[in-house]
Amino acid sequence: MANRTVRVDYIARVEGESSLELHVRNGAVDRVRLSIFEPPRFFEALLRGRGFGEVLDIVARICGICPIAYQMSGVHAIEDALGIQVDEPIRGLRRLLYCGEWIQSHALHIVMLHAPDFLGYPDAIAMAREHGEAVQRGLALKKTGNELLRVLGGREIHPINARVGGFYRVPGRAELAPLAEALKHARDQAIETLRWTASFSFPEFVRDYEFVALRHTDEYPMNAGRIVSSAGLDIAAVDYETEFIERQMPYSTALHSALKERGAYLVGPMARYALNRDRLPVEIRALADEVGLEPMCRNPFRSILIRGIEVVYACDEALRLIAGYQPPPRPFVPPEPRAAVGYACTEAPRGVLYHRYRLDGEGTILEASIVPPTAQNQGVIEGDLRDVATASLDLDDHALQASCEQSIRNHDPCISCAAHFLKFQLHRT
Amino acid sequence: MARRARPRLAVWKFASCDGCQLSLLDCEDELLAVAGALDIAYFVEASRRMFRGPYDLSLVEGSITTPADAERILRVRRLSRHLVTIGACATSGGIQALRNFADVREFAAAVYPHPEYLKTLATSTPIGAHVRVDFELRGCPIEKGQLLEVIKAFLIGRKPSIPAHTVCHECKLRGTVCVMVAQGTPCLGPVTQTGCGAICPAYSRGCYGCFGPAESPNTAAIAREFSALGMAQRDIARIFRTFNAAAEAFRKESEAHGE
Repeated sequence: MANRTVRVDYIARVEGESSLELHVRNGAVDRVRLSIFEPPRFFEALLRGRGFGEVLDIVARICGICPIAYQMSGVHAIEDALGIQVDEPIRGLRRLLYCGEWIQSHALHIVMLHAPDFLGYPDAIAMAREHGEAVQRGLALKKTGNELLRVLGGREIHPINARVGGFYRVPGRAELAPLAEALKHARDQAIETLRWTASFSFPEFVRDYEFVALRHTDEYPMNAGRIVSSAGLDIAAVDYETEFIERQMPYSTALHSALKERGAYLVGPMARYALNRDRLPVEIRALADEVGLEPMCRNPFRSILIRGIEVVYACDEALRLIAGYQPPPRPFVPPEPRAAVGYACTEAPRGVLYHRYRLDGEGTILEASIVPPTAQNQGVIEGDLRDVATASLDLDDHALQASCEQSIRNHDPCISCAAHFLKFQLHRT
Repeated sequence: MARRARPRLAVWKFASCDGCQLSLLDCEDELLAVAGALDIAYFVEASRRMFRGPYDLSLVEGSITTPADAERILRVRRLSRHLVTIGACATSGGIQALRNFADVREFAAAVYPHPEYLKTLATSTPIGAHVRVDFELRGCPIEKGQLLEVIKAFLIGRKPSIPAHTVCHECKLRGTVCVMVAQGTPCLGPVTQTGCGAICPAYSRGCYGCFGPAESPNTAAIAREFSALGMAQRDIARIFRTFNAAAEAFRKESEAHGE
């Protein structure tokens, strides 16, 4: 028992291809490796030479789960370069679009990918045999998020309506009314889902993360805000690359993002909530209190509750935006190309997503840089794995593997996103 | 009489964004019924249960871009009674096939500090360039109604009923005003296969060809129209060179206008 190896060749219920290897020597965790074997697709290279108007369609294809995040970071970075200020209703519609993506992505993770770990099923379909109502409710919730994307974006995956300066076409008030009806039901389903997940049993496990998220003067962050951290960082997107580096670990060809000063950090729902709880409406905070969610949660297994809180909030926020919506005077501000560099961060469902573009005077992309949330969380995920494995060494291999996998899924990693920016190594011994 | 086992479904991923396999999970109203009719035996994005095969129907997402994947697809084919490609990557090579027009070593060096660690192929190729494919479902992403039709068709052993007309026809069926005629917006609708439902023109923009070339497309004629609308040669090359850049008709037309 003193020396053993746990190997998972292909980690299930995450987006993309990764494997895990854990070596135990003399009764202690010796080595943990999360390897990415997703093939690289070279987005930053193939964006060069494209027109700025093509960027949103191209970067959406980095990730089928969170295309809006790529389109939003992309559009804000290009508008930053071109000096475009959008009309207020456009800002509202973009936030509404993001609400749709948060709802569908979080509902997918909570019910289909993460909950089966807590209840001991291989997948949500097997779980549905005994928890049919909860699975149906989660699917209905996800459907409403997708419905928002379909109406505003044209379709759920790789939506087509966002453009530099605004939208190709903006909806009338009447088009949004049926969404409001669906969202009222979704809000109830989100609260029931949250209460259901609160009944799960959570391992006692706490880590001392540095949380990094956007922070806005009065909103829970989605499209705008400064980059702040629980250790006092407070910068604009333009300074991202001076504070954060991508570091190559000696044992792996994967690049990990790190804070230059302090190393590994965490982005995503746990960080957003820890740093922005005071930006949530009082009734959402009351709901968090009701399900026992502490104001600064450091137990990654409980991230499922925070995603649940964010889904309820996204439903409320979408309802508020629809109620206050007045169509803008024009669907978009016409962009004028100029030679410039633009920067933006937005809050993807999985956390801070950074984009930078350098354009020439005709609007052609000369250089692109993209740092997705999962690349930033890799260091923390491996740290979690080491601690979870250390605490679970008395389990048999099967149970130890299950708890390691769960600890990866706690952070909802999106390997498809990460791989295009990471060194990868096919590691099978 | 022994109860007949449910047909086994497998879902495979090669170089891709996960969006096309997500389309199956996006069938919120039908997913549990699909899982009742089929045994979802291998679908890593959704389940820890990984049945080794063989499978009655394999859905394959993504293109072939690494030596390891070029081997793996052969094994997938051997294990599969029917193999259906889902999406532009699997069917034409996807956006990552832009490397086919460039030097992949230069691409790798632009993104990675140590490109020598990468085991990557010079081209991104569709599944059909490597193994026999029983049906190709188009789209970036695929349309989930079409995905359900394909699954149904294979379940009962008939040919999938997937329309092959153009996006341009689809606009006429929808009653969408032509963006090219009315607004002078370049649109690939006349040369692109339908399936999306002609979404882009309904949102006041031109089709950008994400379902790939229709049968016998007259790309030269539409390129002449784009020129007449004032589009630069460079932009005509770009419009044919996106998510189905390596599909033959689009590749040839982009090369006629490219550098």
